[in-house]
Amino acid sequence: MNNKSQVLSKIQSSLARRNRAEARFRWYGRMAIFIGLLAVALLFIDIVSKGHGAFRATYIQLDVRYDQALVGIDNLTDAEQLIAGNWQALPKSALRTYFPDVSGRSDKRKLYKLLSNGAGFDLKDRLVADPSLLNRIESVWILADDDIDTYYKSWLDGNPYDARMSDKQVKWIHQLHQEGQIALHFNSNLFTRGDSREPEQAGIRGALMGSFFTLVLTLLLSFPIGVSAAIYLEEFAPKNKWTDFIEVNINNLAAVPSIIFGLLGLAIFINVFHVPRSVPIVGGLVLTLMTLPTIIITSRAAIKSVPPSIREAALGMGASKYQMVLHHVLPLALPGMLTGAIIGMAQALGETAPLLMIGMVAFIVDIPGGFSDPATVLPVQIFLWADSPERAFIEKTSAAIMVLLSFLIIMNTSAVWLRKRLERRW
Amino acid sequence: MNTSNIAEKEPKTTAKLSSEQTLEIEDNHITVGSCFSDNPKMTMRNVNVFYADKQAIFDVSLDIEKNEVIAMIGPSGCGKSTFLRTLNRMNDTVDGCRMDGDICMDGDDLYAPKLDVVELRARVGMVFQKPNPFPKSIYDNVAYGPKIHGLADSRVDLDEIVENSLRKASLWEEVKERLHQPGTGLSGGQQQRLCIARAIAVSPEVILMDEPCSALDPIATAKIEELIEELSENFTIAIVTHSMQQAARVSHRTAYFHLGKLIEVNPTEQVFTMPQHQLTEAYITGRFG
Repeated sequence: MNNKSQVLSKIQSSLARRNRAEARFRWYGRMAIFIGLLAVALLFIDIVSKGHGAFRATYIQLDVRYDQALVGIDNLTDAEQLIAGNWQALPKSALRTYFPDVSGRSDKRKLYKLLSNGAGFDLKDRLVADPSLLNRIESVWILADDDIDTYYKSWLDGNPYDARMSDKQVKWIHQLHQEGQIALHFNSNLFTRGDSREPEQAGIRGALMGSFFTLVLTLLLSFPIGVSAAIYLEEFAPKNKWTDFIEVNINNLAAVPSIIFGLLGLAIFINVFHVPRSVPIVGGLVLTLMTLPTIIITSRAAIKSVPPSIREAALGMGASKYQMVLHHVLPLALPGMLTGAIIGMAQALGETAPLLMIGMVAFIVDIPGGFSDPATVLPVQIFLWADSPERAFIEKTSAAIMVLLSFLIIMNTSAVWLRKRLERRW
Repeated sequence: MNTSNIAEKEPKTTAKLSSEQTLEIEDNHITVGSCFSDNPKMTMRNVNVFYADKQAIFDVSLDIEKNEVIAMIGPSGCGKSTFLRTLNRMNDTVDGCRMDGDICMDGDDLYAPKLDVVELRARVGMVFQKPNPFPKSIYDNVAYGPKIHGLADSRVDLDEIVENSLRKASLWEEVKERLHQPGTGLSGGQQQRLCIARAIAVSPEVILMDEPCSALDPIATAKIEELIEELSENFTIAIVTHSMQQAARVSHRTAYFHLGKLIEVNPTEQVFTMPQHQLTEAYITGRFG
């Protein structure tokens, strides 16, 4: 046996090695965190640098004369006349007035292309909102075409992209710029309009509403079903081969690729039950199937974390099992369940693949107003825009991603906040 | 059942006492002492309890007299907690636990198929080893039982029940100013008295206490013991305890369990001065356990 000093010297000689190992391990951890944060930072920098431009759009200020004869109407309250009116004539005449020396068919066509082809309808809306403008002149900031928007923004940044611009158009833009008639304004269209083939008119409102209706349905279905299943399995079901089997399969379900759920939705909800395709109802049903395992698993974990002593106390007082669950287990498990539900909803919000299968990938211009209106959702909108050839859709895509990410961040933050806030100690 | 306690100590004491062959229990041991009463509140006959394939209680017969305090002592893992929990069927909640034999209270079979455990547990209250107040206010803790059983007709009634229960549990003076603060904010001893108040709020006939003081300091323990003595005027109390001194202080009769068998039941004084069985003697003199 070693004497005391030998033991001590052995311990001391091993100390340095042990401390080094610990320091090394700390550094591994720091590196891992650093790499993770770096990846997130790169993602955000890339998206924000590409997408920030989409929150502002190029507008051209012109004096518009709301000429009754030019449009061909005499009654602003007649819906048929409003539809039939030649509204595009208004911005065209305003452009001709501003650039009086442009002549020739081809030059005029180039000139007209400075403005969005929806400009006439925007002017119609202004006129309908304020009929006193009829036959009067108003100075209006009119939305520019997406090619002009792309060029103007890139030119302002010092790196002009003029591949789709003619020399004359470039000259006109510079003239407008010098005279202060062209500027970037907040792009409210992005948040108030549905999808469009014209990038400058395309917005995410339709996709946002589609996501909203789909998620509301998903939450309404998956939370009660998931929580009931979790409570039954944890508190009431006997522990036997059947419940083991069910548990294994719930875990399997959580790992099934989401596109499979889309195929299932197509085969069952659309083909068998004839739910209309492309609508939030079928989207909500499919996402419910996908979210259920997440909610069941997190709810079961929340129920399990309620200490058994609370259950014993309730049962010992003569509470029935139902009372024990309702009065004691559920209130204590609820924060965990809500957290699970929010995380499940965040998953569902970001889900694309299953919705492609059930037709929510359609090009839908109208903003959905309910659960049975054709709709698409935010991630699918991003998918659609990313696929579009127009250059202006690049920044739109990034902007939509930013909106989606902000919702996800809000949801995940509120999940953490909720857990901290409602967590009870016992 | 206290699985944690089972793990602490090896229940097989025979090996340790190999030199004293006489201390081994016979397979068909018959309880010595006075396990029957003329005026029983509860009667148990030939009770066996199994956890899955493992038998935890072997053929125990015992009477609990009206308004007595009976203490159950024995080394860890001897089955005293398991036995206590058969008296209000708390073992029903343990998977794979089954029991045979007869347990009656005032002549009613507690294991009759048509008996509702909810009613039984209102008649047989329980206080657990670790204080386990609900994470609710002090008031709500005590009011919970009367509320679920519909014992109070009005708010005033309920207030009265809460006050009386807290008074009987000698907690009223300490908490009357903060009835609506969480019960979990009290000290350990106060929490345990709150649990006792909660148990007596439904006016049970029997109170089961499963090592009620094992998580408490000596001063809190003394208060609970005092309380048990007062409560015995109105309630029948069965208490499981690890502390022989506690059994000696609070109980009228003491039952000694060993490896799932009831070795000896006698008036407490006799158990601690002239135990009938060698195993009891070995245990109380501290030769094992």
